[in-house]
Amino acid sequence: MAGLSFVLAAGKPVLLRGPNGVGKSTLLRALAGLVPCTGKVEIGNVALGDEDWAEQLAYAGHLDAIKPQLSVAENLGFWAGLYGGDAGAALAVFELEPLAGRLAGDCSAGQKRRIGLARLALAKRHLWLLDEPSTALDAAATALLAKHITAHCAAGGMALIATHTDLPLDAETLTLAPPSAKTADPFLEGAFV
Amino acid sequence: MSFWEFANPARFMRLSGRILPWLVALAVLSLGGGLIWGFFLTPDADQFGSTVKIIYIHVPSAFLAINIYFMMFVTSLIWLIRRHHVSALAAKAAAPIGAAMTLVALVTGALWGQPMWGTWWVWDPRLTSFLIMFVFYLGYLALWAAIEEPDKAADLTSILALVGSLFAVLSRYAVNFWNQGLHQGASLSMDAEENVSDVFWQPLVLSIIGFFALFLVLLLIGTRTEIRSRRLRAMLMQEAN
Amino acid sequence: MRALLLRDLRLALRSGGGAGLGLAFFLIVVMLIPFGIGPDTALLARVAPGVLWVAALLACLLSLDRLFQADAEDGSLDIIALSPLPLEGAVLIKALAHWMTTGLPLIVAAPVLGITLNLPSGGYGWLIASLAAGTPALSALGAFAASLTVGLRRGGLLLSLLVLPLYIPTLIFGARCASVAANGQDALPAFLILAGLSLGTLALAPFAAAAALRSQLR
Repeated sequence: MAGLSFVLAAGKPVLLRGPNGVGKSTLLRALAGLVPCTGKVEIGNVALGDEDWAEQLAYAGHLDAIKPQLSVAENLGFWAGLYGGDAGAALAVFELEPLAGRLAGDCSAGQKRRIGLARLALAKRHLWLLDEPSTALDAAATALLAKHITAHCAAGGMALIATHTDLPLDAETLTLAPPSAKTADPFLEGAFV
Repeated sequence: MSFWEFANPARFMRLSGRILPWLVALAVLSLGGGLIWGFFLTPDADQFGSTVKIIYIHVPSAFLAINIYFMMFVTSLIWLIRRHHVSALAAKAAAPIGAAMTLVALVTGALWGQPMWGTWWVWDPRLTSFLIMFVFYLGYLALWAAIEEPDKAADLTSILALVGSLFAVLSRYAVNFWNQGLHQGASLSMDAEENVSDVFWQPLVLSIIGFFALFLVLLLIGTRTEIRSRRLRAMLMQEAN
Repeated sequence: MRALLLRDLRLALRSGGGAGLGLAFFLIVVMLIPFGIGPDTALLARVAPGVLWVAALLACLLSLDRLFQADAEDGSLDIIALSPLPLEGAVLIKALAHWMTTGLPLIVAAPVLGITLNLPSGGYGWLIASLAAGTPALSALGAFAASLTVGLRRGGLLLSLLVLPLYIPTLIFGARCASVAANGQDALPAFLILAGLSLGTLALAPFAAAAALRSQLR
């Protein structure tokens, strides 16, 4: 991926679009700091690579990061232990209280998604990086998700959401296009004897 | 031109291609010369008989086995810090050579010891340390082979090489400690060569130079092959896009 | 940190087997020795400290390849890496959880199995001490090797090949400590070296493992 430059403003979420394989997930992981990249990324005074970069963001990837052997409440309790925040309140945000005692492995795909997304409600973070969050969610749950993304942005947060589907959100769009020029690979330079 | 410019794969290929023929000549001459001189043109030693001639293979291979591991430590460090691909691939190419040298050192060590001590193997500190080093080499090679993504493989094997080097040193001391309390016959000692006169010393030096040149030849050929293989992979990936 | 420790302990206990598997393996391996070398009690007494150490070491290997695997597979590793807890700390906690569920039971079982091998009476105390000092290093080094083999299909075998040479110094000093004590001599020097080695390993292994995990997350 090359030549990417953009400004993400607070107040409105941004949908990240593009064909399969163009690198939406990779971009989100790079912004999270999991994949190395060259270039500058900043939120206020904090830059990518600083120690407290990870505190600026909340990431929800393809995988839900749920432990099937633990109950829903225990899963959220673990994340609350790591990140801080109120597990009970997070449960309420995505209407998961009735499931609190159930083993996460017994939940449906949509419920698992909601549990994973509930992690976002734990600690207040500036930037939300979401990778296909509405997968497996029904209309009601999608509406709930949209409501919370909007609330987060209205409160001064930023959100970058990779998605193939249309979300009921008032959002900007950032579209990634496949690279036109061949990417530089040191093994392709020059002629070999 | 700074040393780091060799880090560019294409430039490395050009330079290595130019010096390779000379290195091959050097290897053939010094190795051939050293071994022939040592084996056929030196008198049999009174104390040790003719089997001592095996030191012309044993000493250089042992010397190289250790130094190749050290080289892998350095090139791994360079990869982790400066991410020069040629460095990582050089470490990858050096490993099988190092493993082979270690094996040669072990076998020739056993062959040397057998007529004198009556057994094919003793758990003497030096031999044991070499055996441990051999297993380290195997693990390193296995890790390279197991991981598909080249950069990730380079990262993980480099970390392994660093940790392995530390433990190789630690093991050396631990094995010495381990061996102390055991009563053994005289242990196989490479200190024998310190008492060896010039007549034996000169062909030995030539042998060592020969082995070293051989190592460089094999290293360059191996690294060039790895670089070509990466290029092939890059070309295939680009076509797929 | 506590949250991660509690979670890992819970997972180990709930995932069928947990502590029992390592313990059973330890028992079986020790049981095989007399079948292999004969029931001569004097011989068994001589080899007992070393055998117990080797068997404990092998039993530690069992649960290592799952150490990071499950978390990598379900995305939890990402979440742990992004949390305020530094990755080195997470590795140490996971190694601690491994030790509590694998090493600790072994330390308790070893003297019991020592009876079956006719371990001389002077050896029991130092056997326990040496295992207590050495098994944390085994867990830490195991965590390092596990970080290298995350996601590989036959990872367990490769992990064994990678970690066993790293175990040699710990094994030498640990078994030495136990043997020397069984012979009635002073085990303190070996123990001190073992303890130093363990502390050094606990300090350094998390850094190496975290570096490897960061590479795995790309």
